[in-house]
Amino acid sequence: MAALYEGFTLCGLAAGKSRENSGLLGIEPGRDPDHVIVTGAGRTVTVYKVSDQKPLGSWAAKQGQAVTCPAVLHGQTGEYVAVQDSKVLRIWRDEDINFEKVFKATLSAAVSRIHALPSLEPLVLFQRGAVRQLDALLAAPQQAVEEVLSEDEVIRWSSCFLEAEQPLLLFSTEKSGECFLYLQKLKPNVLHKYSIDSEGKGACPISFTATLENKCITLMCLYSSGCVYKLLVSLHPSVEGEQHLPKSLLLKLPVSEGVLSRAAITSLEEGHIAIVGSPHSASTGDRDFLCIWNTNFQTLQASKELAGGAYGQLWCNAGKLYVTHGKVLTVLPYRCEMSSLAAALGKLKQTSTQEVTLSPSELNWNSLLHEETALQPRTGGAGMRTRNSKQSLTSQATLSPTINQVLEDLKGVSSEEVEEVLEPFLSCSPVSPQFQLGLSHITVELLKRCQADPGFYPQTVLARLAQTGRLSHSSCPGFLMLALEKRDYFLAQLCLQQFPDVPEAVTCACLKAFLSVADADLVPVNVDLEGVSLVDGPGHSLEGVQNGFSPVLLEEDGCDVQLAAPKLDQSSSWIDMSLTSPVGLKKSALLNEILRSSYSESFLLPHLKDLSSRQVILFLRYLQYLYVRSSGDVYTQLPGLRAPTVTQIMDWVSLLLDAHFTVLIMAPEAKGLLTQLHRFVRSQVRLYSELGKIQGTLQELGKINKEQEIGLYSIEVIELF
Amino acid sequence: MVEFKVHRVRFFDYMPSGIRCMAFHSKADRLALARLDGSVEIINFSNNYFQEKVIPGNDSRSIEAICWVGCDRLFTAGLNGEIVEFDLERLCPKYTLDAFGGPIWTAACNSEETHFAFGCEDGSVKLFEILPDKIQFERNLDRQKGRILSLSWHKSGTLIAAGSLDVIRVFDVKSGHSVQRILVDKGPAGTHNKDCVVWNVAFLSDYTIVSGDSVGKVQIWDANKGTLIKTHLVSKWDVLSLSVSENEDSIVAGTSEGTVVQFQLLSPTIGDTETQWIRTRTFKHHTHDVRAVTETKTAVVSGGLDTQLVICSLLDKVEVKPSESVLRKVIFPHRTLVSCAKKPGLLLFQFPDQLELWRLGGTDTVGKPGESLPVTRKPEKLLQLKRKGDDHICCSTISECGQWIAYSTVTSIRLYQLQCESNNISITKVSKLPKVLRSAHQLQFSADSSKLFVASEQATIHVISLSRSECKHVHTFKPKSGSSAPVHLLAASADGQWLTSANRHCEINVYNLKKLKHHCMLPVYNSLPSAMAIHPETNNLLIAHADQQIFEFSTVDKQYTDWSRKLHKEGFHKCRIKWHTPITHITFNPSAPSQVMLHDTYMFCIIDQSLPLDGLKAQFYSQLTPKDMSETDRPSKTNAFKMCTKYQPLLHVNVLEDDWLVVVERPLIDIHSQLPAPVRQKKFGT
Repeated sequence: MAALYEGFTLCGLAAGKSRENSGLLGIEPGRDPDHVIVTGAGRTVTVYKVSDQKPLGSWAAKQGQAVTCPAVLHGQTGEYVAVQDSKVLRIWRDEDINFEKVFKATLSAAVSRIHALPSLEPLVLFQRGAVRQLDALLAAPQQAVEEVLSEDEVIRWSSCFLEAEQPLLLFSTEKSGECFLYLQKLKPNVLHKYSIDSEGKGACPISFTATLENKCITLMCLYSSGCVYKLLVSLHPSVEGEQHLPKSLLLKLPVSEGVLSRAAITSLEEGHIAIVGSPHSASTGDRDFLCIWNTNFQTLQASKELAGGAYGQLWCNAGKLYVTHGKVLTVLPYRCEMSSLAAALGKLKQTSTQEVTLSPSELNWNSLLHEETALQPRTGGAGMRTRNSKQSLTSQATLSPTINQVLEDLKGVSSEEVEEVLEPFLSCSPVSPQFQLGLSHITVELLKRCQADPGFYPQTVLARLAQTGRLSHSSCPGFLMLALEKRDYFLAQLCLQQFPDVPEAVTCACLKAFLSVADADLVPVNVDLEGVSLVDGPGHSLEGVQNGFSPVLLEEDGCDVQLAAPKLDQSSSWIDMSLTSPVGLKKSALLNEILRSSYSESFLLPHLKDLSSRQVILFLRYLQYLYVRSSGDVYTQLPGLRAPTVTQIMDWVSLLLDAHFTVLIMAPEAKGLLTQLHRFVRSQVRLYSELGKIQGTLQELGKINKEQEIGLYSIEVIELF
Repeated sequence: MVEFKVHRVRFFDYMPSGIRCMAFHSKADRLALARLDGSVEIINFSNNYFQEKVIPGNDSRSIEAICWVGCDRLFTAGLNGEIVEFDLERLCPKYTLDAFGGPIWTAACNSEETHFAFGCEDGSVKLFEILPDKIQFERNLDRQKGRILSLSWHKSGTLIAAGSLDVIRVFDVKSGHSVQRILVDKGPAGTHNKDCVVWNVAFLSDYTIVSGDSVGKVQIWDANKGTLIKTHLVSKWDVLSLSVSENEDSIVAGTSEGTVVQFQLLSPTIGDTETQWIRTRTFKHHTHDVRAVTETKTAVVSGGLDTQLVICSLLDKVEVKPSESVLRKVIFPHRTLVSCAKKPGLLLFQFPDQLELWRLGGTDTVGKPGESLPVTRKPEKLLQLKRKGDDHICCSTISECGQWIAYSTVTSIRLYQLQCESNNISITKVSKLPKVLRSAHQLQFSADSSKLFVASEQATIHVISLSRSECKHVHTFKPKSGSSAPVHLLAASADGQWLTSANRHCEINVYNLKKLKHHCMLPVYNSLPSAMAIHPETNNLLIAHADQQIFEFSTVDKQYTDWSRKLHKEGFHKCRIKWHTPITHITFNPSAPSQVMLHDTYMFCIIDQSLPLDGLKAQFYSQLTPKDMSETDRPSKTNAFKMCTKYQPLLHVNVLEDDWLVVVERPLIDIHSQLPAPVRQKKFGT
């Protein structure tokens, strides 16, 4: 899942600007990943240290002059470059205080933008389409600049890439409703022109973003109709002359009515894009949202409402989004994780209790790189970085023979010796990517042997492997089933805890196995009891009613025909605190693990039908017990870190009833249970209707408060009866 | 169904002054309280807590102690070193006396009411003898180091306890020597102030001394042995006031935190005869310093910097009577500080030190009930008139035409003529006032603005005729009864024939202005009139009393009208009893004279005299209820009473022409925002 974190305000926007214009020209990366250069419309250039929200330096042009393109940092010299009044180049350093006195050079043509590349000379894009490197331009400022674009053709957007140490400039133009794309290579000087077909019905591209991957530029383009198209621009086109560029629909934003006008798109990593100025769902017409969409699965990953209205300006730098809205420039850190189907469907295992540990089956390249940059001296350039990472890769590569060696060694050893063989491997650094690969290799090998040779079952080693938290069901498919086969409930529990992607069929098989095992059989088994509250039996510790909430009362005040019945017959009451667990402690720990696992209803339902009616009733009883225990307390979670939440319990109750309703209706022993469930549902419905009433009342209160703003004098009309 | 356009006015920055000290006289059932601005109020507890008398303040007067002698003599002493006896008939100081001991912090009268003791800044306790018409210095007790901040006589009159800095001394009155010296703990180290100021002492008849100090302790001492019996820490801040009940079984203490703590003399175990002082109740009705606290037979009365007087009934002492057992707060004065010139739409606000004249705003649009109309013409402050001298303004009025303004202090009356030409305001003081005019308790212009009525000393009323050139004294009315009680209400009829006055002895006199003679006196009702008005058409007199009763008296027939009798037969509606504040103003709707408008602090109500009074005992409708009724139901439910509680708290309501109302509100939050910040208290989670 991608996530937007709590943002903060970097700076205010110049007041008095119109609704269309935020007063900000652009944001460019600064010297540090934490530094940005903010160019305000008009006259100011400010360098901010983002984490401190503090300006480090600020320069302003004289009254009457204007900075016309975003200032950039010259990566090689450490100087800032900006254009004043379209034609005057200004170059200055951090030490310069007075903007008036810094270097200036007047050019012969108007500049559209300057693009900086970390290790190369900045590129200057002129409004008429010509491109020059800065040093070449400074050598002869008044040199003639050719006109590339036809008349009335204006540059809408431009971007710059580095491919094979060569700079590339991509820019889009518009001429009377038609869009063109130009790809400018500098050495050798080649210009490719593409035409982009407009969507028809007046929908035109309003925002672009491009990424370079595998010698191919992916251009994403947001149309005013709310469609995001993907265009692939090859770096080495075979055909000369103007080409037509095919586009493919990537995403259609839910634009309910009208067209988008002030929206912007920017691509993030891992197939995510951020869009500002479009509603996140068709029902809300409100467009002041910043959304992160997953383009692979067309899902909305995160959204945030922007107070005060968005301007449709969005920049991304070093893991943070910069967006203008209202009167402020807000910085929103974000995180995009690799998209998987599980993540897109929201099925990824909840990581709330284990947020600190790394996500199981993936490697965090970011942290790897960060650790290295931290070691690097600050002055180090990008070249050095690449060299360093290459070094580390080679050093890691030396591990792989060891893994092969380990696999080799494992063949033929007995269960007892396995641990000995694996010991050096398991104790080595877990961060290396080779470890990850090796782990699943080894596990698969071990599983193969276990299946082939019934006598071979290295329980402790398998448990340790599972405990590394780096295995998943997909990387070693037979693991969990093997554990069930061997009746190794400890290992099965461990797998359920650690694997993020247990299929529903397997979950159901586990459930069936857990339900059918006799409590006596579990006595010798070592089970992790964290999931059950240790004070079992009559829930004395939970009996205390908090905040005056008493589920018993709620039930009793109902219009039940036998009002006195629940009082007299304590055992039949759904909300009976003295209810005892229908299963043993260890069994309930195992069942809780099932309840906590992730699943999809439609896949789980057919498998649930395999349960026998006795198993269903037992499980329902247990769920009922759990619910009573947890609802007696205002907290939604039972004590214990790994206890199921009330929602999880309720979902399972619903699923079981769905799967076995006809069976349960017929079974006489389930009758009492069903009545209780029905009564419980009724009490819940009543609770929610009461909550609805409270909500309505409170909303009215909100309205009343609004009216009470009275000044020192007002004229009112009243009517007396 | 009546529809009004309302000027909702909130720009009257009325700010009551904080309460400094008070004294309760149980036989008279009256409370005298002194405020920080030097004004003194007498509140009649048996008459619905009505503010019976108000003696205006003075800039140079600062009162620290107040004392009753008998039920008709009132003394105060203050930091200006002066002792003042007040004339409760003329409502001004009778004489002042310098004690020559620097600022006086405290005063106490012995139980026989023969002697006063004053505690002074220079450390002396001065004894004064009380004579029938004055007090006279007798002698000093032995002078000690440190100012005397609190004093208390023993019942026998032979001993005086005096609280000072860090010490309590007991003086023998006869010899004047200090016989006992009790050191008071400074409190734990590092507390907010080092010295322990003994703000209060109380000498009980069993030779127990109770003290309250700046460290927050209430301590009980044995006066004979000089030993500590018990310490109660009641506050982190000062204990500022202390009071012992008459039968000495209860003590109340007020603190800087705004709490009032009660101690009672109880036996810890049932059946035990041994008793001790036990902390029982804590009241928190104040936000600021509780500077004064006292206990009546049935209630704890407290007042302080937050300006409100709180009367909290002790439920174990009252017979169950709902209207008695509730908490009462006296926040606003029981008289009107606003006068209104209806025709030009002018409001005159009376402050202690100035008058403000405002012109109301206006709008060009009309609207439906419940709507707020856009203000096209803003209200305008026309005039700010500062008073001369140190004495505070006690009454003021503006004429119906808006051309005359008059105000009075205890020493002088001033009359101004106002000329309003478009945007030009000019004000001229009428320099030659007739000699008879020295001070006024109440001022009133006649309806045609040709006469000024001045309620003066000895319950006399001077009639002054006004013209551009001169002011002439026409006549002086004197009540037939010979009563000398000050007149606090005046009402003149619209046709200029009748003038009525009400005085503090509950007498209401009607004078005939044409014949210049006394017409009649109404039967005396045992509650003070709080508002009075003469009907513009029938010339019937409407009177509201402090106990919420309303009477209508026909001046022509010299008897109560049928309507009045019927009203009393039906009983004024129960909901009136819910409100404890007296009706402070009665007026009539100029466009529908049958409609009487009256208001108190929390509501205003319109009584239509043309509608039948029956059904008063039926359900009383708030202004919104009948909206839900169908049209056919409505006429049958038409009520003579129409009440509005939308605007609160009210300082003034008046009906202007063309169904306009003017409502002067003073939100409590605005008063609170002008108070100094209360002492900081740690609250959970802050």
